[in-house]
Amino acid sequence: MNKILGKSSIVFILLLSITLGGNPLKYAKPKLSEYGFFIGNMADHIPRDGVLPYDVSAQLFSDYALKSRFIVLPNDEQLSYKLDGSFDFPRESILIKTFYYPGDFRNPEENIRLMETRLLIHTPEGWMGFPYVWNEEQTEAILEIAGERMDASFIDKNGGKTKFEYVVPNFNQCKGCHVNQNRMIPIGHKVRLLNHEFDYNDGKMNQLKKWSMLDMIHGLPKLSTLAHTPDYDDPTDGSVEERARAWIDINCAHCHRLGAPGETSGLFLNIEETDPTKLGIMKPPVAAGRGAGDRLHTIVPGEPEKSIMIYRMESTDPGIMMPELGRKLVHKEGVELVRKWIKEMK
Amino acid sequence: MNHSVKTASITLFFISTLFSDNIEKDLQTQFILAEPGDTITIPEGVHQIRGTLSIEGKENLVIRGFDMDKSILSFSGQTDGAQGLSITNCKNIVLEKFTVQDSKGDAIKAQYVDGIVFRSVKTEWTGGPKETNGAYGLYPVQCTNVLIEFSVAIGASDAGIYVGQSNDIIVRHSTAYHNVAGIEIENSFDAMVYANHTYENTGGILVFDLPDLVQKKGGNIHVYHNIVRNNNLDNFAPPGNIVGKVLPGTGVMVLASNDVHIYENTIQNNKSIGTGIVSYFITEEAFTDSLYNPYTSDIHIYNNVYNREAGLPTLDYEIGQLMAIKYGRNTPDIIYDGMQDPDVAEGLCIQNNLNADFTNLDIEHNFEKWYSPFLSNFSEDMSNHNCGVPHLSTLK
Repeated sequence: MNKILGKSSIVFILLLSITLGGNPLKYAKPKLSEYGFFIGNMADHIPRDGVLPYDVSAQLFSDYALKSRFIVLPNDEQLSYKLDGSFDFPRESILIKTFYYPGDFRNPEENIRLMETRLLIHTPEGWMGFPYVWNEEQTEAILEIAGERMDASFIDKNGGKTKFEYVVPNFNQCKGCHVNQNRMIPIGHKVRLLNHEFDYNDGKMNQLKKWSMLDMIHGLPKLSTLAHTPDYDDPTDGSVEERARAWIDINCAHCHRLGAPGETSGLFLNIEETDPTKLGIMKPPVAAGRGAGDRLHTIVPGEPEKSIMIYRMESTDPGIMMPELGRKLVHKEGVELVRKWIKEMK
Repeated sequence: MNHSVKTASITLFFISTLFSDNIEKDLQTQFILAEPGDTITIPEGVHQIRGTLSIEGKENLVIRGFDMDKSILSFSGQTDGAQGLSITNCKNIVLEKFTVQDSKGDAIKAQYVDGIVFRSVKTEWTGGPKETNGAYGLYPVQCTNVLIEFSVAIGASDAGIYVGQSNDIIVRHSTAYHNVAGIEIENSFDAMVYANHTYENTGGILVFDLPDLVQKKGGNIHVYHNIVRNNNLDNFAPPGNIVGKVLPGTGVMVLASNDVHIYENTIQNNKSIGTGIVSYFITEEAFTDSLYNPYTSDIHIYNNVYNREAGLPTLDYEIGQLMAIKYGRNTPDIIYDGMQDPDVAEGLCIQNNLNADFTNLDIEHNFEKWYSPFLSNFSEDMSNHNCGVPHLSTLK
């Protein structure tokens, strides 16, 4: 009994000592190389032991950037599975995500330019996001806590040239998306986004199975009982509705759900939502301002051109577009998919 | 913090400010690195800012300029982010003596903040009232302990000062003009709105409860000692927004709220509706929110001074046309839609106002004749509403 009391009072003191709003720099290193995540030429992203690559089945659109992801857990510690399909992470877990472009999307392996590497670090004050911006020589990435703007260009898969200003989010903006009930959280770390095969060096395997084999998770139910979010780009991975909902979930629901900043609108776009009004069907806007254009409802079944959702997805005006951050370009394929879903909706 | 470290970091700040030509990155960096108790200074001058400046997860900060007309953050060239200044998940933040201009979306948005002060802060769109202006000027939402004072809001395409889904609110000694709504309190509890001046907006002061929101309703709203005059601006809200339904020429409007007290205001020359008390039904929008109460109830209007020069109400809106046909150039000051909450005994109490004419549209019974005002049966009789001694004891 005494022992338990002792322990809980330590926890209590720890909680008290954490105030809002300290300087976050104490939790991050100034340069990416100092973490030693990669061996050899850092830009090649060959992970050291204990740095495991992964991907997610539905991606947040980030101006067509390609992304490499890695997870690092502290020694011998594990993720614990939660009933809502997410994980509890041990302290000092790090999630690594590098954003990059090929010069030409018709040859995606060549002429790679790394833009930034974002680290999500599970600090004693919770998760924090740190953006590292790659230098032109591609030899180092430097922490830019206030973000950065860079000229970027690529040739798209149809051979068209796209030029735009790539924006690295600042430390605060990371949390703007990665937030739940005022606390920062990882977005892509849900079982349903990880429950598919990944091409490892030693062959393909379901990622959750791999993580289990590596003793990285405890409490994971049988794989066959777990959900899978479809890859919205892959027509064989789900119906139009399933893929459109997957697109909307990963691109909108980090804000548009209960407990996140978009909740003020009453528009809830997470994949679990079933209430038609909350999903936006015939729902008038609340505080959209000119974001609504001259349209009256978020989704008008059968009428994508009357739906505010499409209007905001198609805009690049910062006062109109959705999501508010993280893109300068329109995700044409995503717009088409959601348009088709609304068109077919009765 | 160790004293010498703090001195060093302040010195560093000073040097970095001195040699930086990029005030945007500088301010943003300071907002990220701030320690509790810090004051961050917005220098004098007009500073061009391209992206939303954000303050997140901080406690006990003061953001202070030199004067609202001396320290100006201009977002006229904004390329990223929807707000000018964004404050989220904070405690005790004071914003003082600066202006946010021409943001692409909302000017200053505070969300999930306990203790937010706007003091001598101005938000403005400099091109006059335009549909392309951002929606809200001073915009605390889902906050508690909100104080807005000595502030100015100009040109918002929704509301200049908008407090939504918040609790424990004071809005005082502030000025709002050339907005669609001057001041709006929406789905909020315990709001004191006093000694403000709202003029030349579409509507002066609005108290709304809307469906399908996280905070379902509001109440204990006191609107007093305000001057609400000449709110006759054409409604320039983008279509689809609820505020787009506000008639040009509205002084004070209560929509679907309860427990609202409007007293000792001067409500002058608002051409269509001096004070409107209406249910959500008047919007003709459907709602599915089963927890929503679309009626007004427990509304008290007393000791106000009304004054309206003879003239036509707006003819751009159906209700305006209806009033013009029925009353010509002498539209009544207090207009009630007559939708009484069937579960509440006291709907609307009106007492001791100076120069106040009244009409009850009784839309429930007149709805069929909506477009035939000569046949409709309005009631100018206020005697049913002579109730409810003002609950001054509830004042804080």
